[in-house]
Amino acid sequence: MQIDQLNILALGRNPEIMLVMNRLLNAPARWYGVTVNTEEEMLAAFATTSFHIVLLCAGVTPEEEVRLKAQLSALNPSVIVRRHYGGGSGLLNNEIKFVLDQENIQLAS
Amino acid sequence: MASYILHKADTRGHADHGWLSSHHTFSFASYYNPERMQFGALRVFNDDKVAGGRGFDAHPHDNMEIISIPLEGDLEHKDNLGNTEIIRQGDIQVMSTGTGVFHSEYNANKDRPVSFLQIWLFPNQLNVTPRYDQISLDIRDKKNQLQQIISPDKDDAGTWIYQDAWFNMGLFDKGKEVNYKVKKEGNGVYVFVLSGSFTIDGQAVGTRDGIGVSGAGSINIVATDENAELLIMDVPML
Repeated sequence: MQIDQLNILALGRNPEIMLVMNRLLNAPARWYGVTVNTEEEMLAAFATTSFHIVLLCAGVTPEEEVRLKAQLSALNPSVIVRRHYGGGSGLLNNEIKFVLDQENIQLAS
Repeated sequence: MASYILHKADTRGHADHGWLSSHHTFSFASYYNPERMQFGALRVFNDDKVAGGRGFDAHPHDNMEIISIPLEGDLEHKDNLGNTEIIRQGDIQVMSTGTGVFHSEYNANKDRPVSFLQIWLFPNQLNVTPRYDQISLDIRDKKNQLQQIISPDKDDAGTWIYQDAWFNMGLFDKGKEVNYKVKKEGNGVYVFVLSGSFTIDGQAVGTRDGIGVSGAGSINIVATDENAELLIMDVPML
């Protein structure tokens, strides 16, 4: 699948880290990132934008992860939900690339 | 049956930012290789050299166990937990970043570089309260034997992390042999050669090479150079 823009939604409970995540997610060309701190904000954003990837970041428990994956997949079966580790620094960019490789998604250049 | 993956030193990713020279065993920052994402719980292994007076400005981490091992020079650490510390050769620094921590790492000296290893492991518990620890080791204790520097157990030798992982270092005379027994069933062992050369289960590895061994109960290590030094990381294979 080829896409013109990669839409990424990230939920995390550490507001300072999510500010950094927001900057990192919007830095690469053709990436559009939205970061939120609550489930309510996440579901509101999810309802208005077609996200390709949802990242679950620090503060989201393993139990919430299971529930949110099921909930988001029910709303959009093609959405890719992943746990994000590391707080953005160092790993975010190549982990997104790895997901795109795994899912055979090409971002138009 | 044991399986082996050899990462020769010159096949690592490399970033040269002038003030920072970093070799990446696994994908990190602008280095991306889908064949080199991790070895089990071991996700980042960076071999860094930072110019005098330079360093990493404050930046965040979460849900990673981060271990720094200075090899030469001194590193100044500051974080938003209130820690300001200098770590030197023979010290081991651990951050359990859990719900999130911001930190900076600077070369404490203006006139010479600092070299250190930066190692990240996925944790076995998410969202822990962030924690900083630093220990000083007697480097004589690694001469011709393995010295444990990391374990999951607060009461065991070295410092501890939130992962079923054990790290050992050893500095060996040529011809010295040791058998390392894997600590936990299902764990694999990643060996990184700091200097000199070894054979690992008969496979030759040289300076800054890494070799991952999975499916083995123990590994045989023979030093094939004088003052050959290695780091053994015994980690869950996830």
